[in-house]
Amino acid sequence: MRVLRQALSVAYKDLAIELRTKESLNAAGAFAIAILLLLSFVFDPFSDVVREMSGGLLWLVFAFSGALIFNRGFSRELPNECLDALLASPLSPASLLIGKAGGIFVTLLPVELVSLFVFGIFYNVRWWLHPPELAAIFVLATWGIAIVGAVFGALTVNLRLRELMLPVIIYPLLIPLLIGAIEVTNTLIANHPVTDYEWLWARVLLVFDVVMTALASVLAETILVN
Amino acid sequence: MRERLSIVLAAIAALLLANNLHAMFLTLPDEAMQGAIYRILFFHAPAAMVGMIGYFVALTLSIMYLSFGDFKYDSLAASVIEVSLVFSLVNIVTGSIWARIIWGIWWTWDYRLTSALVCVLIFSGYIMLRRAIDEPTQRARLSSALCIFGCVDVVIVWKSIEWFRNQHPGPVLDFRTGGGRMDPAMSHVFYMNFLALLLVATALVLIRTRQESTAREIDSLRRVAHAA
Amino acid sequence: MKPSAAIEIDHVWKFYGDYPALRDYTLTVGQGSCCALLGRNGAGKTTILRILAGLSSHQRGAVRILGASPRSGDVRTRVGFLGHGIGVYEDLSARENLVFFARVVGIENRSQTVDGWLERVGLARVASMPVRQFSRGMRQRLALARTFLHAPDLLFLDEPFTSLDDRAIAMLSELLVQARQRGATIVLSTHQLREALAIASHVALIENGRLRFSGERTTEMLEDPALLYRLHTELGAD
Repeated sequence: MRVLRQALSVAYKDLAIELRTKESLNAAGAFAIAILLLLSFVFDPFSDVVREMSGGLLWLVFAFSGALIFNRGFSRELPNECLDALLASPLSPASLLIGKAGGIFVTLLPVELVSLFVFGIFYNVRWWLHPPELAAIFVLATWGIAIVGAVFGALTVNLRLRELMLPVIIYPLLIPLLIGAIEVTNTLIANHPVTDYEWLWARVLLVFDVVMTALASVLAETILVN
Repeated sequence: MRERLSIVLAAIAALLLANNLHAMFLTLPDEAMQGAIYRILFFHAPAAMVGMIGYFVALTLSIMYLSFGDFKYDSLAASVIEVSLVFSLVNIVTGSIWARIIWGIWWTWDYRLTSALVCVLIFSGYIMLRRAIDEPTQRARLSSALCIFGCVDVVIVWKSIEWFRNQHPGPVLDFRTGGGRMDPAMSHVFYMNFLALLLVATALVLIRTRQESTAREIDSLRRVAHAA
Repeated sequence: MKPSAAIEIDHVWKFYGDYPALRDYTLTVGQGSCCALLGRNGAGKTTILRILAGLSSHQRGAVRILGASPRSGDVRTRVGFLGHGIGVYEDLSARENLVFFARVVGIENRSQTVDGWLERVGLARVASMPVRQFSRGMRQRLALARTFLHAPDLLFLDEPFTSLDDRAIAMLSELLVQARQRGATIVLSTHQLREALAIASHVALIENGRLRFSGERTTEMLEDPALLYRLHTELGAD
């Protein structure tokens, strides 16, 4: 409970800063729309094929624009050595990581929702046919991106070339999560029946989230304390 | 001692490889469906096995470094991952060559090749991370954490891509295109070559580990010089 | 463990790779005392303070703070740390910064405590302004408020007088005196010998990661701050 309470404090602080500056939100949102625009030159935007691969298009947009958000996660602790102040406090490293992931999650989710909305307009896709299932997949997959982004943001926070390295390290690790999110989102948006195959991916997403969150909690002190 | 061991291992590996090559090209016939190109199997699959074993050995070594703080575990882990990366690349390149000859395409998105590519990307990230950190203790600590995440993820990646490919099938890199088990004579050469590649890998790891230790010693001397 | 020892550093070695930044370092700081860590740049003062604050680990030896590990949550609840950075967020206001840290250290009546501190450090009128609009002196005073917010029993301060303006120096000196009066244990590193020796009850001199001298601060040290360096370091021996 204490870990959760401390994590909420960290997430709340990050959100307060983000709402004030809107740096990551604006950058990620603009980037997402730019990618959606570019995709219109790749294939016929009104073909049926778009519906069948909506998941793939959307989750690539989310993953790339998400980089702008999780890049900021720990780097905002660098000015004035705020990270030292946090680590010297009673805040546990695990709370700090989970709190950071929480902040990334809450920042990324609105970007995803806006992108989904714009995607529906640009490509004439009715994405609202299975709202609870779609919401569940969004929550699971976004948490996975957030926790991995937070962990590796912490790992690379003091390194030169941090912004270059972070995407190179994170995207291969996110592959199982992205495959799962893409497959299920494709099915839901194309309005195909949900089969055991989609349930398998939902379980993969859940396992990914649980395993990564557990590993993050266990290794938090190793990553953050020199 | 370590140097002598690596020389001995390399010598044994060279002899084994020579013996295996003799068997591959002069003793074994061509495979019924694939022809001569099947011989690439004797390097493709063992290289994959050596690579994967290496990643999980590195996982164990990383956990040992974090538990005991002894740099020899970190040096070994880094060396093992570098060598495993090389063998994974051998696996990918030989797989590509085989696919080009048999299927006419360089890349098939076969689940094993794809997973191997993902492993190469993840552990290339490990190497990049190490290059970006000058201070040895921090480098050891953070790369151990990344190795643990990477290896756990590799398991999930492997199964995920397999399930994905089962749903979206494509050409499969299966050397036994006729179905059934490998001929016993071929299996013997296969496992002998696996042993040879394992010995080569071990020799390379020993050489590389010595380089890591020397680099750390140089770093320490540099700090002493700057402190004076 | 001696009953009155708040901090025990026991044969500690800290390595960066194979390079020992701290060598067989042993120091005891009694409860309620103020120990000034002296030494040249790169001697190991910051390394010790970071270990005490739980920001860094050591490879050999033992460090005990009030009988527990520096990383223990209970210990860190009682620690106030001020490093080289001020440790406040530029995009939050002074009040928001202090409320956040008050929440983190577990202060119950946060509003009251924060308002009291803002008043005390002279930032009450600008409490709602984002820190990025603060002058340097205002940031320094906010940093002091953050450090002393929860009336810590243990204070670890890394060159706290460096870059402070006169008002902040006076404020810090007053806060340290009050901390000592309530029995807090203080370890601070400094180049400002006079200010440090004025408040310190003990001094420890470090050179190349080794402890060269530790003992009570004497009147001679106050009169001649460079005395320690002359007597106990290779620099002084030249």
